[in-house]
Amino acid sequence: MRHLLGVDGMKRSDIERILERAESFAEVGRRDIKKVPTLRGRTVVSLFYEASTRTSSSFELAAKRLSADVVSVKSVGSSVDKGESLKDTIATLSAYGPEAIIIRSPHAGAANLVTRWTEASVINAGDGKHEHPSQALLDVFTLRRRVGELDGKRIWIVGDVLHSRVARSCALAFTAMGARVTLAGPPTLIPRGITEGIECEVAHDLDDLGEADVVYALRMQHERMRGSFVPSLREYAARYQIDSRRLGSRQLLMHPGPVNRGVELSSEVIDGPSSLITEQVESGLVVRMAILYELLTSGERPRGRRAAAGEPDSSELIAPTPIGEPA
Amino acid sequence: MRPISDLDWRGRAEPRPDLVISRAAVLDPRAGIDDVLDVVVRGGEVAELAPPGTGEAEGAEVIDAEGKHVFPAFFDPHVHLRTPGGEDAEDVETGSRAAAAGGYCGILAMANTIPPVDTAADISALRERAAAEASVPVGFLATLTRGMAGEELTEMADLSDAGAVGFSDDGLPVRDANVLRRALSYQRLAGLQIALHEEDPDLSGKGVMHEGPVSAVLGLEGIPAVSESTMIARDAALAAYEGARIHVQHLSARESVDVVAAAKAAGVAISCEATPHHLTLTDEEVRTLDARFKMNPPLRAEADRQALVEGLRAGTVDCIATDHAPHPPQRKEVPFEEAAMGVTGLETAFAVIHTDLVLPGVLDLGLVVERMSAGATAFGFAPPTLAPGSAANLVLFDPEPEWEAGADGWESRSANSCFDGRRLRGRVLMTVAAGGVAYRQRSFALGVAT
Repeated sequence: MRHLLGVDGMKRSDIERILERAESFAEVGRRDIKKVPTLRGRTVVSLFYEASTRTSSSFELAAKRLSADVVSVKSVGSSVDKGESLKDTIATLSAYGPEAIIIRSPHAGAANLVTRWTEASVINAGDGKHEHPSQALLDVFTLRRRVGELDGKRIWIVGDVLHSRVARSCALAFTAMGARVTLAGPPTLIPRGITEGIECEVAHDLDDLGEADVVYALRMQHERMRGSFVPSLREYAARYQIDSRRLGSRQLLMHPGPVNRGVELSSEVIDGPSSLITEQVESGLVVRMAILYELLTSGERPRGRRAAAGEPDSSELIAPTPIGEPA
Repeated sequence: MRPISDLDWRGRAEPRPDLVISRAAVLDPRAGIDDVLDVVVRGGEVAELAPPGTGEAEGAEVIDAEGKHVFPAFFDPHVHLRTPGGEDAEDVETGSRAAAAGGYCGILAMANTIPPVDTAADISALRERAAAEASVPVGFLATLTRGMAGEELTEMADLSDAGAVGFSDDGLPVRDANVLRRALSYQRLAGLQIALHEEDPDLSGKGVMHEGPVSAVLGLEGIPAVSESTMIARDAALAAYEGARIHVQHLSARESVDVVAAAKAAGVAISCEATPHHLTLTDEEVRTLDARFKMNPPLRAEADRQALVEGLRAGTVDCIATDHAPHPPQRKEVPFEEAAMGVTGLETAFAVIHTDLVLPGVLDLGLVVERMSAGATAFGFAPPTLAPGSAANLVLFDPEPEWEAGADGWESRSANSCFDGRRLRGRVLMTVAAGGVAYRQRSFALGVAT
């Protein structure tokens, strides 16, 4: 793969290859020295047009663990904030010769657009309400570690699907891995026509939630009342909150974070034994290392520029041997 | 009905060369002409339709048109010339040149400029520009409400006297039903067509594309089809109540075709248009997230597209209009949600319809030719015809050549065509507008003088 723009279009084998690589990085992560030299001397740019804690920090740490030089640009206080266009910003950052640009944008398709203006591999770290592929990959990774293959597993994604890029990417990734997905939420928050666009079922109540092997709750934002999407958070919570009454003991619980305690999830299930929420965060690092590895060391990259600069060919750098350990 | 030559263009003062277009397949469904003939143009008029090889005119340029078509030239009731205020995208000169290159002998420009065209002085200034710069006759609409604010009517009667050709707040709907009702009532005094951009702003919200499975997957806010159809239903009812006539712009949804058909059946004086892009493309194109496919109304589903094609065939949709909407690159080379709405269309309109609808046998060539100029009628202009004695408004079209849209650049100042890079079949070789040669295609050798 050259870019990671979305789960849409990824084959199961692509996902499996990245997840297997993530497993090997997880093994590295248990050693004393967690850094590998794979991307030494290469530059990774992280460009975030939206506030983000876990995604930006986990991508940055992932790049550093691979020994890349990382340039982080946040929209606040930068030239982006001063009205510079995305195209001009990419042209500026491309002057550093980055091998990868990680971009988060409030607008769908921003990452796709960036591929037109740079030779770098582009990683979509969330584009509007469209996709958030690294989140979906880390969720599949987390789930597979707990339950094995997802074939035939039933996964309910519950909540504000309409405004959720996580819901879209996860639904695509889970179905690609053989799971059966149900999108559940109030009719106003389930996008019209979604079952024609993504292979899934839709439910407007949680009466059949018991069939789910996994319940994936989405973040419910407070401003949704204003658009008449739901009458009140109270009514929403009464009907869609995942609590110990609704969540069976054999069912697993996931959430992309950050959680609104007492809205989409009750406190007792967040911290309960069924919750995979902490493991999701932990998986983020190794899965993002695997994504960078996949894009920056695969054969699909143009090599002329680096070779001309006298740098070693990427194929010589593939072994993720920790620094300080014998190869 | 007024002649198209009532409109302003620079050709009024220019010579009108005599032409013999020899052995052309001449097709004018309105006049019942469909034959291989010599078209003799003399003194700016179609002087004679002679048997092939017999047409003569002293000193005339003779064009061998064997295997090529001559149609009445096209008329576009819906273009944006971006003058004043948006000259980085288009102006009267470049926009009218694009029209000539597309085979048009007349175009009507919308008033949603910066500032909007809402005074008699604005209309007079634009008419002077057209008289100095326009390659083909251009008419200018005025806004229906002052500043397009949707609150107070413009001085419609004065604007009419100043030479406005109609009223429209195109770009925005008339949200307040009572404002539109007053305008329709006042039409009895001011005359002139009222053209409506139909959209319920509350239902459209911040939508950027058609609401359906594609928007659901892309996570883009949708503009539901009912945003358009409910407003058309409202306005058709108002027009019926006031005994007024309205022209509905750029129909996009199946539901809208149904509403217009019902209104026509009920006797409402309503006409409507559809664009080449809505007739040939769907929201599937938006999967690319390429802002070249962003316009308002949006590309809709295949069922909507087919309903428009059927509506055009049945006559529910009266005419084809381009909604030519140029934008500079910096307003399109941005994420889809941030990009400006609108696509150019004058230079590709007929070739696109010919390639996608005529050649595959979906629509009859004669029907398309008629619909390409029927927009004139909706605004009170006599549509172009090839009947001898008529003003020469004709297009020479070669149905054979395949060409890549945009490969040779554009006459328009803007390049935001949703057909850019598409292989199209058939090309306009020459346009004669109101008796003058408005355009010759570059690869088309000047007529072989005999």
